[in-house]
Amino acid sequence: MTLANVLEWLAKGLVWVLILLGGFAYLTYYERRALARIQVRIGPNRAGPLGLLQPIADAIKLIFKEEFMPARADKLLFTLAPIITLFPALVITAVVPFAPEGANFELFGRTITWYIADLNVGVLYIMSIASIGVYGIVLAGWSSNNKYATLGGLRSTAQMISYELALGLSFILVILLANSTRLIDIVEAQKDMWFAVLQPVGMLIFLIATLAEVNRAPFDMPEAEQELAAGYHSEYGGMKFALLFMAEYDKMIAICTIVASLFFGGYREPWFLQNTILSVDKTPWLGPLYVFIKVFILLFGMIWVRATLPRIRYDRLMAFGWKVLLPLSLALIFLTAAGILLSEQVTPAWQWSIPLTSLVAGLLALNGVYQSLRRKEYARARA
Amino acid sequence: MRVPVLEPVIELGRGLWTTLRMMFEKPVTVQYPEQKRPVKPRFRGRHVLKRYENGLEKCIGCALCAAACPADAIFVESAENTDEERYSPGDRYASTYEINMLRCIYCGFCEDACPTEAIVLGDNYELSFTDRREAIYPKEMLLEPVPAGGAPTPQKTEPGRFTRSVPEMKDPTD
Repeated sequence: MTLANVLEWLAKGLVWVLILLGGFAYLTYYERRALARIQVRIGPNRAGPLGLLQPIADAIKLIFKEEFMPARADKLLFTLAPIITLFPALVITAVVPFAPEGANFELFGRTITWYIADLNVGVLYIMSIASIGVYGIVLAGWSSNNKYATLGGLRSTAQMISYELALGLSFILVILLANSTRLIDIVEAQKDMWFAVLQPVGMLIFLIATLAEVNRAPFDMPEAEQELAAGYHSEYGGMKFALLFMAEYDKMIAICTIVASLFFGGYREPWFLQNTILSVDKTPWLGPLYVFIKVFILLFGMIWVRATLPRIRYDRLMAFGWKVLLPLSLALIFLTAAGILLSEQVTPAWQWSIPLTSLVAGLLALNGVYQSLRRKEYARARA
Repeated sequence: MRVPVLEPVIELGRGLWTTLRMMFEKPVTVQYPEQKRPVKPRFRGRHVLKRYENGLEKCIGCALCAAACPADAIFVESAENTDEERYSPGDRYASTYEINMLRCIYCGFCEDACPTEAIVLGDNYELSFTDRREAIYPKEMLLEPVPAGGAPTPQKTEPGRFTRSVPEMKDPTD
């Protein structure tokens, strides 16, 4: 490790953090506009053209708000918690590549690549950082010395632990399909076919588990307004609250970038554009653009789900994580492994058994949930 | 054809489709300061003191509105009309008429109590003040402008013409 190396990382990290911070500001704007349209409203359109200055106005307001601290809060942890929450959200995407090797460029005699770090255990890195994220939330809840905040923090832990299993197992699906844990290899393995097509239910499990990981609706138990006031950030205001909020939205962006890389081909063009001028092999600088488009669409999905589904009950959230997602993802691993084995031993066409069996397993699981809910309804009606 | 296995997928899809479809509907938002919606005919907004066609004030200073006001928001002081300085028909007129808009609850009892239909709750709802004292609206702010063909008050009138203070009235229609 030389000084130049460190400087390069620092510069790239700074650029990416700035992108994430700007992205956070405009993600709030995007979410408010999209939600408004779904609710047949217009949304913020006053500050600047189309309301584009709204995030800046919000930022100024938050900066000038009073830094309030409850009298009997744990001062040190109360201050540290937002920082601990934000940190993993910013560093988690360090291993995600944004353009192929072809887009590398020379600067000061060094080859600059389009990723911050090239870890051969990239997926493991993502998993470990993802689980750190919960500490900040728990500490924020606990140090506030407020029972609602504490409950929010506790809910968050329980939820994260439950959904981390399904998340980890769907990471394994990707590792099986790509035969590597390095993110560049995973993206390149999706040259011919997205993993979202090969393993659709695995992708859905991943999306559901990440919704729970970032505490988004319909799994926003830690901040269920009706039950817990604002949950773990009840006592926060001003910039400390902004940091917690920023962590939540940066996690959304980070998770969407990761989903895009793991299941939607990352910086690679959609497979039907292969060998055209729009392919990243021909025009490498399209890579970041493809990532951006994919992230944008995935973020819309998150907003759309938030606008559609009501928050699910806490015990059902737990039951869904442990009794449905965990066995289902275990089954998917078995089916995927079997499909890969068959395609290697018999004929490559057997790889199409993976999406088929995956869909069948997903349908059966969904139906099981549906039937059990209906049975409960029936029992309630009879009682 | 109903496939029972697909039913949960269809249900989920229907929910998502409902919200997505809403995105393409015209927003119901009214862009308020630029675009104002007309109020309903019986809306009770800021008070207006009415005039007759010749410009004389309808208010005769009887203070029945102040008596009817449950919030005690109205203050009236009356004085004598003369033919040289006539403000309203009849003997008396309101020399001071003040409404405290911070106390007013817009119940419309003043309107009901008024024997000459002088005070009417109009359609203006854009009331804002930066000072408590600004919230007290004096008579000059409440009086409607002099109608075309009328003269401003006080008027010089011929004796014996405006002796009746309460006019003949019909039943209200709305």
